Amino acid sequence: MSMYHTKTVTELSAMLQAGEVSSVELTRYFLDRIKNSDDKLNSFITVCEEQALAQARESDEKLKAGNAPALTGVPVAHKDIFCTDGVKTSCGSKMLDNFISPYDATVITNMRKAGVVMLGKTNMDEFAMGSSNETSYYGAVKNPWNLKAVPGGSSGGSASAVAARLAPASTGTDTGGSIRQPAAFCGITGLKPTYGRVSRFGMIAFASSLDQAGPMGQSASDCALLLNAMAGFDEKDSTSIEKSVPDYSADLDEPLAGLKIGLPKEYFDHKEGGMNADVEATVKTALEQYKSMGAELIEIELPNSNLSVPVYYVVAPAECSANLSRFDGVRYGYRCEDPKDLNDLYTRSRGEGFGAEVQRRIMVGAYALSSGYYDAYYLKAQQLRHLISDDFKKAYEKVDVIMAPVTPETAFNIGEKTDDPISMYLSDIFTIAVNLAGIPAMSIPVGFVEGMPVGMQIMGNYFEEAKLLNVAHQYQQQTDWHKQMPEEFK
Amino acid sequence: MSIDVDEVKKIARLACLNIDETDMPSYATNLSNILDLVAQMNAVDTTGVTPMSHPFDAVQRLREDEVTDFDRREDFQAIAPMTEDGLYLVPKVLD
Repeated sequence: MSMYHTKTVTELSAMLQAGEVSSVELTRYFLDRIKNSDDKLNSFITVCEEQALAQARESDEKLKAGNAPALTGVPVAHKDIFCTDGVKTSCGSKMLDNFISPYDATVITNMRKAGVVMLGKTNMDEFAMGSSNETSYYGAVKNPWNLKAVPGGSSGGSASAVAARLAPASTGTDTGGSIRQPAAFCGITGLKPTYGRVSRFGMIAFASSLDQAGPMGQSASDCALLLNAMAGFDEKDSTSIEKSVPDYSADLDEPLAGLKIGLPKEYFDHKEGGMNADVEATVKTALEQYKSMGAELIEIELPNSNLSVPVYYVVAPAECSANLSRFDGVRYGYRCEDPKDLNDLYTRSRGEGFGAEVQRRIMVGAYALSSGYYDAYYLKAQQLRHLISDDFKKAYEKVDVIMAPVTPETAFNIGEKTDDPISMYLSDIFTIAVNLAGIPAMSIPVGFVEGMPVGMQIMGNYFEEAKLLNVAHQYQQQTDWHKQMPEEFK
Repeated sequence: MSIDVDEVKKIARLACLNIDETDMPSYATNLSNILDLVAQMNAVDTTGVTPMSHPFDAVQRLREDEVTDFDRREDFQAIAPMTEDGLYLVPKVLD
């Protein structure tokens, strides 16, 4: 009995290149795993059996011909926020339940060029607005470590699928923590790159100045391989950065002796914000491990970080209210029955097509941008964003990376926070500042509390993804937290 | 910051959202709570701070004015709720 699900992307890629397994065999294997187990998790919205097998056959030919890129034939799941030509792209919303995208997002094009096979599209919070995957029109996703718990969000389906090894790796997007928080809750490795590093073209927009796509996988070395394929300048995205892409796998083995790790005092010994003592202790143990590997721990300050959540809940809703104005029931997506006039068509299509959390955010945004309130809300938030970002700039004059918890607690139970949006928002208290500043950050698994995974965050300076991956990879050479699998899915 | 039901109606109109009358009070409560959270921003004096719109203060890129896209009207209209003769249909606007 082959156990391909116990292999990392790095291992599977080597096996494919050596001809030890074909892409068709591998793709069938994971399609079967999805078929047999996903009814427990609900991590996929669409499974692309036919397309996946066609892509796998194509990959096998390329592998046979030789000189195929590293990811050729590796099956991967994509978050349903990426437009995929000819395949339903719902963004977790009733609004796009009938939407078959007529084109591919650049991330999808790049991954395909790199030889990746698309297994399917993963479940997510509606329009990526949520921290628990409970706002999806397609129902909540379950955490494979405890089926009563949430997987986190918004890339909850991607995290759950990788944690249960229904896919060797997946793509995600992160606007306020949507890669890192679910990666932490599900015990996998996730990376949010620098803003502008990965193209946003064809990635359904939530908050355009914060959205960034990145890889979610079993290890840092897997994320490096995936980021090699995802990253790059794209003229179709006006905020894409014209900067060459390094080989993210090249520096993985650099030793960490002399590495300066900053520990923001605001993120530790958290008296407020519901920081769980056991989670914090687990993170501190990981920090000790880094110390034993030759790193130096230095206390730093990020004095404005406590304002991240309030600032985010102005900037993100304001941008979302503008971005989601395109859904009008006219050109694509949901349209209400028997509209009596044009206004009825607009308002009822939007009222019936969007879920409650999306409507709340659109309304907060519309309010913050409305006449007379702009300066007090949006302008004020953008000013504070500058201060938050300057805090990081100052910190990186003294340290190479910053480490902190990803979340104040491990995965909470389904339904626990749905009645109280604010408590849900506060679960992203440690991840949001990164998006506001635009810097890259990772989440890596560093242990368990009562059987549930704990993540640690590693934040880097602009464009230092390779450094983050190196720092994460070195830890994963010394520990095996990232290799743990939930019992039920072994 | 307290938002009442009348205010919710006004915001819903601005946002082009049809909200059920019965859902109005819960939207009022939730929006009020969110604006209370947001009000924490006022704790910091930001006089003279430049607002940040992009991490790298990037400027809009320009390109040559040439055709880069081709006509895909049929593909795009195939996913539209209602079309006729290459046009998108909406309810009558003028009598």
